[in-house]
Amino acid sequence: MARIGVFVCLCGENISATVDVQKVAAAAAKIPGVAHSVEYKYMCSDPGQQMIQNAIKEKNLTGVVVAACSPRMHEPTFRRACSEAGLNPFLCEMANIREHCSWVHEKSDATTNKAIDIVRTLVAKVKKNKALQPIKVPVTKTALVIGGGIAGIQASLDIANCGHKVILVEKEPSIGGHMSQLSETFPTLDCSQCILTPRMVEVAQHANITLYSYSELESLDGFIGNFKARIRKKARSLDEKLCTGCGLCALKCPLKKIPSEFDAGLGTRPAIYVPFPQAVPNKPVIDRSHCTYYLKGKCRLCEKVCPTQAIRFDQEDEIVEAEVGAVVLASGFDIKHGDFFPEYGYGKYKDVIDGLQFERLASASGPTLGEMRRPSDGKVPETVVFVACAGSRDPAKGIEYCSKICCMYTAKHAMLYKHKVHQGKPYVFYMDIRAGGKMYEEFVRRAMEEDGVQYIRGRVSRIYERGGKLIVKGADTLLGARPMEIEADMVVLATAGVANAGAEELAQKVHVSYDSYYFYSEAHPKLRPVETNTAGIFLAGACQAPKDIPEAVAQASGAASKVAAMFSQAELVREPLIAVVDRQAPPLYSTCVGCFLCQTSCPYQAIEKEEIHGRDGQLIKTVAKVNPGLCQGCGTCVALCRSKSIDIQGFSHEQVYDEVLALLNRGESDV
Amino acid sequence: MSDFNPKIVAFVCNWCTYAGADLTGTSRMKYSPQVSIIRFPCTGRIDFMLLLKAFANGADGIIVSGCHPNDCHYSSGNFHARRRWIIFRALLDFLGIDVRRVQFSWVSAAEGAKWAELVNSTADHIRQLGPFSGYQRLRGLGVE
Amino acid sequence: MKTGFYPGCSMKGSAREYSESLLAVARALGRELPEIPDWNCCGATAAHNLDRNLALALPARILAAAEKDGMDEVLVPCAACYSRLSVTRHELLEDEELRQKISGLIEADYRGTARVLNIIEWLAGVPELEKLVKVPFARRVACYYGCLLVRPAGVVKFDRPEEPQSMDLLMKKIGAEPLDWAFKTECCGAGFSVSRTDLVARLSGLILDDAVSRGAEAVIVACPMCHLNLDMRRPNIEKLAKKKFNIPVIYLTQALGLAIGLAPKKLGLQRHKVAVKFPPPEAKPPSADKLAAVGEV
Repeated sequence: MARIGVFVCLCGENISATVDVQKVAAAAAKIPGVAHSVEYKYMCSDPGQQMIQNAIKEKNLTGVVVAACSPRMHEPTFRRACSEAGLNPFLCEMANIREHCSWVHEKSDATTNKAIDIVRTLVAKVKKNKALQPIKVPVTKTALVIGGGIAGIQASLDIANCGHKVILVEKEPSIGGHMSQLSETFPTLDCSQCILTPRMVEVAQHANITLYSYSELESLDGFIGNFKARIRKKARSLDEKLCTGCGLCALKCPLKKIPSEFDAGLGTRPAIYVPFPQAVPNKPVIDRSHCTYYLKGKCRLCEKVCPTQAIRFDQEDEIVEAEVGAVVLASGFDIKHGDFFPEYGYGKYKDVIDGLQFERLASASGPTLGEMRRPSDGKVPETVVFVACAGSRDPAKGIEYCSKICCMYTAKHAMLYKHKVHQGKPYVFYMDIRAGGKMYEEFVRRAMEEDGVQYIRGRVSRIYERGGKLIVKGADTLLGARPMEIEADMVVLATAGVANAGAEELAQKVHVSYDSYYFYSEAHPKLRPVETNTAGIFLAGACQAPKDIPEAVAQASGAASKVAAMFSQAELVREPLIAVVDRQAPPLYSTCVGCFLCQTSCPYQAIEKEEIHGRDGQLIKTVAKVNPGLCQGCGTCVALCRSKSIDIQGFSHEQVYDEVLALLNRGESDV
Repeated sequence: MSDFNPKIVAFVCNWCTYAGADLTGTSRMKYSPQVSIIRFPCTGRIDFMLLLKAFANGADGIIVSGCHPNDCHYSSGNFHARRRWIIFRALLDFLGIDVRRVQFSWVSAAEGAKWAELVNSTADHIRQLGPFSGYQRLRGLGVE
Repeated sequence: MKTGFYPGCSMKGSAREYSESLLAVARALGRELPEIPDWNCCGATAAHNLDRNLALALPARILAAAEKDGMDEVLVPCAACYSRLSVTRHELLEDEELRQKISGLIEADYRGTARVLNIIEWLAGVPELEKLVKVPFARRVACYYGCLLVRPAGVVKFDRPEEPQSMDLLMKKIGAEPLDWAFKTECCGAGFSVSRTDLVARLSGLILDDAVSRGAEAVIVACPMCHLNLDMRRPNIEKLAKKKFNIPVIYLTQALGLAIGLAPKKLGLQRHKVAVKFPPPEAKPPSADKLAAVGEV
């Protein structure tokens, strides 16, 4: 038997000015099931809340309706008050007669009648409310970080320094990512490897971090706090415990001319190789797609010369299983390659290169040992043209966004070039200069004013070869779109930053949403930049959108703090307004017929299959089951279910139906 | 007809339209008192058969409103609602219920003015269409 | 599949040899090309500079007539006519209100069903081309696309707008060696041929200069305007550049015609300003190894 208490607030004058509150309280008292109906000036105040608590105890109330402001304002306040009086907080509802009534209508009978309608609606609803307990989900305090670039490294260190375990998975033979390929970083012109390698070593030596390099995520199952990851450790063809990193194998390998990925195709490496001298771990890997042994069954020279007999040709990939509580995606980005700029001769002319290739030319450990020599004939380029926005901000090339870092690195490249070739002439063709970070604008000014880089505002329409030179045709729009032609020795294109090649596959493995460019989607663009819509999976770095190193590091620390917050609790607590699939006694077990339409529609993969077995172990039926840890309570499945076997707490079929009837004043259903 | 005050039920989502209606109130914008709101977590939760029940029990008009496409708090609930609406509209037509009695809209949490305008214009439309008497036909179909 | 033919004004006038060679080739390929009944001028540059409705109505009338005649597609060899007809079809298919308005103006219901093809598209639809080659056109050629064959990209949706290959591939099929050169889609001066011939002399001169410097023996075109500027204006070009350019400019259909064994007179080659003749094999520059044998390099 329902015993509902109705508490109508005057809210000072906010409600009472246009709504006759006494009439509302009087009308509410007449609703069947209402045992107590009063009005008060400030329901949310201490005495107001006290009133409610006293009434709950004295009148043995089974439910409370506070007719006042919007629940978005004070629902937690009143629920807490009820809870303290011994009434389950989910048996308290708010009737919004302020924002939706008193504030938007004139003083009239119609307004008071509408307030009464609203109260009657919520009374009908609360009669069908169920006492609910918050949901508790255990947490495995190990984090999985996917990607060992600067963002992944930072996130791993931060989480590990909180005392939690971290598993870091990196698909290349070494961690470091693109930052390890850079020569110097803006705006300080710090040597990239000098600031990066100490962090890399820290990761390798950290007691709380397990590093799986040359490994990829195979699969991820489970849910927040309780993920099961399977990691594929690709075969290096090496016993890592025996290898000392002496490097003799790479030195002796007869195949030396394989294009080096680390050198962006400008340098070469052997078939057994360490990607760069400061690699972490400093152990080689055999490239089976080029190695003579794997292709023809011959050679095995590395095996012969290895002082510790560490080579293992028959080594196979290994699958490692791990239980983790949270995942940080730090899989990084790439720059656009391929045949998308035929008018610039990108891919056709050897001396038209991209930004990463320029970094390798400038780098002291690069293919030219840091000397500025162009790829085609090794000559020192006297005139270099840098083309900004090569692909970015260009709907015709399929990339509408700005890649954010190119204005800065183009200025950097021009400066590095000038520092190495004092008599050189650098030109930059640009559309705008985006230098919004700290010390960024000054950096670009320095390039223009101190290093004499000539900035031309205009686009390049065509680059072609003539007489051994690259003719760059552009326009100077600040001088009235005057056509410009520059005979360059080398051209550097600031090609667009794009998602990594494996981004889509990884996103689908972990069930994270992504945009049309395959960058991963954050939960809210302004207020939740490191979370995803998938509970327990966080984002760090350029996999979310192109960004520079300071931003990647900041975001990584942000993601780490979210993980640490999760891990700081013994259990995760969630609001129980979630979906539930109905269960009945045998032989029905459930009205669910197992069509799983709900599963396909759930944006959170919160619906699982549950097999119902009889006492003899035989499978009777497979029905849907909602994972309380994942369900966010949207109710899409509830509306879709054809047999109405799934319902949602707080907005159940009965509650909503009774609300509609009560609003239209036709009385309750008789269930 | 001139003193006909239509009863209009609004089925709205908590995160966008409900919040938008709150904003209308906070901004003290005035609108017609014919519309009362029922709160849902998401427009995806709205079983459109409920709309028929509303008509069967005295509603003259209905508003369904949620987050703009791509902005759904739960990612895709409003896409489901939108698809449902397209089919439901055909059903309404088949049943002989004037499709104009149901207003389907997107009102975000920032669009307080839009909510007021939507309520007022819907109230006007329904007033012109007159009371919905077709509910008697629906009751015999087991819709109640 | 009925393919219609829209000659346009230039085919009957200054580009007669284009028309002759096209029809000769079509005959040799056994392809019928019925003209669209009662066709009118497409409006060319004049109409779209003056009045939008006129610019759309003229091509719409042509295409409506083609549809009425049961044509599924229409071959439009002149690149400018091709552009006008393609743009019209595109705009009227995108905007229903506009389509109805223009249909009203031309007093015919234009539906947009007939596809508009340029010469390269049409020839690419001839699969047996390679087999018909009797005399391979073994020349180094510079294929010149000009402005309107591959642009605007969103309308014509044909080949790559920045580095097209379709004509090059066709020429390869008939035994030519298409060169990689820089002026494939650079402007020749277009309609300024009459009002600013000095501009045409300069722009077309740059095109010929690049082609010649890369060793091209002929420039292949598929547009009467391109041909006019590169061929008929040769004296202006040479005067401005202060040097002679002997390189002939040949229509794609003429090159094809030669390759399948048709007589030069049938292809209208005699109508060109710049004589279509190629240096005899001996006059070609000696190869590097020949020079080495003689002791020079």
